[in-house]
Amino acid sequence: MSEVLILGEIKEGSLDLKTLELLGAGKKLASDLDGEFSVVLMGDTVSGAADEAIPYGPAKVYKLEHPLLQGFKAELWLASLEQACREINPEILLMSHSFIGMELGPRLACRLNSRLTTDCIDLSIDSEDGLLLRTKPVSGGNAISVFKCPGEPQLATVRGKIFESPETADGKGEIVEMVPQIDESMIKVESLEIVKEEIVALDKADVVVSGGAGLGEEDGFELLEELTEALSKSFGTVMIGCSRVAVDKGWISSDHQVGLTGTMISPDIYVAVGISGAIQHLVGMVHSKKIIAINTDTGCNMFKVADYGVVEDYEEIIPALIEKLEELS
Amino acid sequence: MTEIRIIVCAKEIPDPEAPLSDVSVDAEKMEVIVDAPQVISPFDENALEAAIRITEEMDAKITVLSMGKKVSDTVLRKTLAAGADELILVEDDVFEKLDSHSTAVALAGAIRRIGEYDLILTGRQAGDWDSGQVGLILGEMLAVPCINLARDISVEDGSVVVKKSIPEGYELVKARMPALVTVSNEVGELRYISRTKMLKMMRGSRSIPSWSAGDLNVTPEAFQKMGIAELSSPPDMGRDCQFIEGSPDDQAEKLAAVFQTLR
Ligand SMILES: Cc1cc2nc3c(=O)[nH]c(=O)nc-3n(C[C@H](O)[C@H](O)[C@H](O)COP(=O)(O)OP(=O)(O)OC[C@H]3O[C@@H](n4cnc5c(N)ncnc54)[C@H](O)[C@@H]3O)c2cc1C
Ligand SMILES: Nc1ncnc2c1ncn2[C@@H]1O[C@H](COP(=O)(O)O)[C@@H](O)[C@H]1O
Repeated sequence: MSEVLILGEIKEGSLDLKTLELLGAGKKLASDLDGEFSVVLMGDTVSGAADEAIPYGPAKVYKLEHPLLQGFKAELWLASLEQACREINPEILLMSHSFIGMELGPRLACRLNSRLTTDCIDLSIDSEDGLLLRTKPVSGGNAISVFKCPGEPQLATVRGKIFESPETADGKGEIVEMVPQIDESMIKVESLEIVKEEIVALDKADVVVSGGAGLGEEDGFELLEELTEALSKSFGTVMIGCSRVAVDKGWISSDHQVGLTGTMISPDIYVAVGISGAIQHLVGMVHSKKIIAINTDTGCNMFKVADYGVVEDYEEIIPALIEKLEELS
Repeated sequence: MTEIRIIVCAKEIPDPEAPLSDVSVDAEKMEVIVDAPQVISPFDENALEAAIRITEEMDAKITVLSMGKKVSDTVLRKTLAAGADELILVEDDVFEKLDSHSTAVALAGAIRRIGEYDLILTGRQAGDWDSGQVGLILGEMLAVPCINLARDISVEDGSVVVKKSIPEGYELVKARMPALVTVSNEVGELRYISRTKMLKMMRGSRSIPSWSAGDLNVTPEAFQKMGIAELSSPPDMGRDCQFIEGSPDDQAEKLAAVFQTLR
């Protein structure tokens, strides 16, 4: 029987939200193939997450437990997943387009001599030949391409917030223990230190005020900071976002970056200040409920996707806006 | 100390930052048509910048490698103007629209022909197909340590030390060279190249080696096209923008009122 395998990810002991979405995608594909879907979980202890996965209806949950799988060490995770794939022989393997999937996907594809499509936004089965159709935005989002590739397992990484997690019920799935054959000699990249930084959870914001190259200098973000403070008196969580150029210039850290290679968000209000609206930025914020753009260039792309536009130098309008907001609050 | 040999893989693509109005989709031919100049894919410029910074710290030589059906040496000469020592083009009709795996096969072939190397740098993903695979596949094929998503790269005592972006911050990692590192934009923009330097390099008589598929010692069957079944335009993202007019003060007042209505 065809098996659709899902690489689950565990966050603070529980299944990651993206994994629940993958379960939704996997379940749909399995039913189209008249097959079943299963989950593989890796880590030093995965029992809790394995139990958590069962009610979503997988036929099997494969547990790959090993003390060395604590934390993400690419070579060890890769070797374990490769072994599991060779043993399970799934028809399809899905991963999140996460930090883990982005690294394991291409490397696994090479080792299994198969082909991967990254960052998919839709997946379906070709009714003629039963192969996986992988829909992916290309050229930053300027076009949508459907790929069909040879090789088994058919591999895809999947973008977040596209699929819905399946309903839970009394699952009858089986938990299967597998023993990864790994040891420390496989580690080629030594971890010296993990440096935790204060990371903004942009996807949790109600309002995001974003700055781009148009700010002209790092200090521009101070003005945006003042604006977020003024707005936070009337709105829930207000955070600072940015374009890639602002990161490239070293004005702000990359966790603030919105877009294709940053965070994809859909807050209640998105305020774009001095951001031109390149497609790779737009794909990260175009689903915001309301978009307000401040830009000196009437012709810029950002105005094409905005609900409200102000053609003005941000240094003129923002201080005045802060003042008015203070008066109103 | 001996010289460090760095290979930077750089892809030429139509400007990925071209305005939306200059981009269209030919669904029949299954092609994205971009009415904009060719450029070096942005993350590959970041990779070149990372390489140049290494040469500032130690004796190092940079070779830029670019593969395609046809590669424009005028676009790629920019890498020489920026500070690369050597540019190698790998061009052949069979390289049109290769899949990621086959692209890595071609690059691996060219790298084996180059011979000795310590460090290979690629971009995290190319701005045309947004695939994000070739670097890591290449590392696997060459069986060297791979480090994904670098935001800072340095070399010390035969090892490469990288700040690798991770969701909670960064991880400082170290690998023996030869190694492969994929580069993210946090590394920083490619340095400014003066007009005179650029012009000199463009007009320069320096000949740029060009290899074809036949030079790579790879069986032709290894080159597979990416399997595009369908290509279409994305759903329209446009909204009706209501412009807020007046003096900055008026605009601020009206905009504040807009915020009031959105509360
Ligand atoms: C593969 C790939 C992935 C990418 N991923 C991302 C991503 O995740 N996120 C992202 O943002 N980008 C991404 N990019 C980059 C993207 O293509 C653009 O380069 C970037 O978004 C442009 O940033 P910007 O709008 O800040 O700068 P610019 O395009 O330079 O725009 C600056 C804007 O500021 C305006 N301006 C100037 N002065 C003022 C002023 N005083 N007041 C008001 N406005 C002013 C200008 O009119 C202009 O519109 C990616 C690119 C590639 C190729
Ligand atoms: N044709 C090519 N020539 C040179 N380098 C390439 C080519 N294709 C991809 N690369 C490298 O691989 C990286 C990732 O590309 P991709 O997997 O296509 O997104 C790019 O940033 C380049 O560094």
